[in-house]
Amino acid sequence: MRITELFDNGEFVVTAEVGPPKGINASHVVAEAKEYLSTITAVNVTDNQSSVMRMGSLPTCVQLKNAGLTPILQLTCRDRNRIALQSELLGAASLGIDNILCLTGDHTTMGDHAGAKPVFDLDSVSLLHTVCQLEKGVDLGGNPLVGEAPKFAKGAVVSPCSDSVDAQLAKMERKCLAGAEYFQTQAVFDSEKFIRFMEKAKQFGKPVQLGVIIPKSAGMCKFMNNNVAGVHVPQEMIDALAADKERAKAGITGVEIAAKIIKECRPYCQGVHIMALGWEAKVPELLKQAGL
Amino acid sequence: MLITELKAKETILSLITGKVFVLNCHGCKEIRFPEQEAELLQKELANVTGTVTTDYICNPENLALRLQKHAAAMEEADTILVFSCGVGVQTVADLFPEKKVCAGCDTIRLPGFQGVTPLEYDCHQCGQCYLNLTGGICPLTACSKGLLNGQCGGAKNGMCEVDPTMECGWERIQKKLEQLGRLDALKAPIQLRDYSVD
Ligand code: SF4
Ligand code: SF4
Repeated sequence: MRITELFDNGEFVVTAEVGPPKGINASHVVAEAKEYLSTITAVNVTDNQSSVMRMGSLPTCVQLKNAGLTPILQLTCRDRNRIALQSELLGAASLGIDNILCLTGDHTTMGDHAGAKPVFDLDSVSLLHTVCQLEKGVDLGGNPLVGEAPKFAKGAVVSPCSDSVDAQLAKMERKCLAGAEYFQTQAVFDSEKFIRFMEKAKQFGKPVQLGVIIPKSAGMCKFMNNNVAGVHVPQEMIDALAADKERAKAGITGVEIAAKIIKECRPYCQGVHIMALGWEAKVPELLKQAGL
Repeated sequence: MLITELKAKETILSLITGKVFVLNCHGCKEIRFPEQEAELLQKELANVTGTVTTDYICNPENLALRLQKHAAAMEEADTILVFSCGVGVQTVADLFPEKKVCAGCDTIRLPGFQGVTPLEYDCHQCGQCYLNLTGGICPLTACSKGLLNGQCGGAKNGMCEVDPTMECGWERIQKKLEQLGRLDALKAPIQLRDYSVD
C-alpha cells in the first residue's frame, strides 16, 4: 500500500522510524516494530543513519514487510552513485516495497567511517527526479526499462525549525518540482515555529507529517540543541525534564511533552512521524495521550 | 592546466538582462581560452556599455585596479558578462555584489599545473559552470557536498554540518540571490552533474 493513497483520502497518517542493526540479525528490530508499531500506518527504515554503517534499509524493509508491517525505504545519496541508486529502486519495487523517502544524507565525516568517499552524485532533488523518470519507464540515461515500470509513494524531508528557513522552503519547492508527494519534518519542539512554517509551506499543496522525538532527558535536549541541525528544544521543556529525573527516565515527562506538541500542531499538518530513537515501547502511550 | 569553453550562444544571450559590460581574462598561460569564438560572439551582443580584456582577474586587487577607469561603463551596466575560468567569475561577483555577474564559459580541467589562484575562491573545473544560477558563488566548492539543488538539512546557525567554522554555501547563495532580487534562479530546472565533461 502506498501511503499517498491515505493522504489522498484525507487520513491523518502516523509513521515511525526504526534503524537496522549493525550486524546480520534484524529479528529484534522486527519484533519491536511488530509489538509497538503495528497499529500505525508505516515504518521508515533508515539508510545508514548519521553515516554509521549498518545493515541496509532494503533487506530490513523486506523483513518488516514479511512480518505484516508497511515499510518506507529511506534512500540517501551519500553512498551510491546514480547507477546504484536506480538499481536499488528497481530492486525495491521488485520486492514489493513501494514507499520511499529520498534524502541527501549526512556527510561521511559525521559517522563511523570518516575516511569514506562521500558520493553525492545525486542529491535529494535529483534523486526524486530520477524516481519519476523510472516511473515513466526510462532510466536517467534515457534508456527504456523492460516491462512494467515501478510506482512509489515519493517522500522527502524538510526542516521547519532550521535557522535557514528560507533556504529550506526554497529547497522544499524544488523537491515538489522534482516530484515529492509528501514530506516528513525534522523533529519539532516549538509548535509556534512549526505553525508559522506551515503557513508558508501550505502553498506547495503537499501533505506534511510533523516530526516528533520523545525527549529522554535534559542532557539529550542540550546535546540536540548544540549538535543537531534544525532542532531546538525550549528551555522550559529542558527544565521540566530536569525537575524530576525519575519521571523523565521512565519516559513520562517526555511522552507528555511530545503529546502536547502533537496536539498543538495537529490542525496544521497531515500526519505525524515519530523518531523513537530506541523508545519504541513508549509509542503506544504517546499515541494514546495525543489522541491518535 | 585549465581549458575554458564558451557556453552555448543561446545560454549566454538568455543570461543578459538590460545593458551588459563584457570582461575577458587572458591571464594565465595555464588557461586555454577560446579567444576568436568569444570575440565573434561578443560582436553580436546589443547594449554593450564597455568591453575590457585584461589578465589575472582572479586577483581582487589587480582586478579593482584594472577596472578603475571603466567605473562609469560598469555602473551603467545591469549585467557583467565574464569570459574567464570559474575563479575569475567568482572574484568579479564578489567585487560587484550588487550586479548580476554571469559566466560566459565552462571551466574544464586538463591534467597538469593549475595556475596560481588566490585561496578565497575555488573552482573544481566541473565543465558545466553553475555560477549563473547561484549568484556567482560556486556550489561545488562552497558546499561541502557539492549540492546543485539547494541546502541540505545539516546547516546549523548558518554554518555547514561538515565544518562548523565554514558558512553554509547554500545559505550564502540564498542570501546573495535575495540581495540581487534573483530568487527566481532557484526555480531553474533540476540540475545534474555530467561527470563525462569534467
Ligand atoms: S560551477 Fe564552480 S567548479 Fe564549476 S566551473 Fe563554475 S566555478 Fe568552477
Ligand atoms: S550545510 Fe550547507 S554547505 Fe554544508 S553540506 Fe549542507 S548545504 Fe552544503
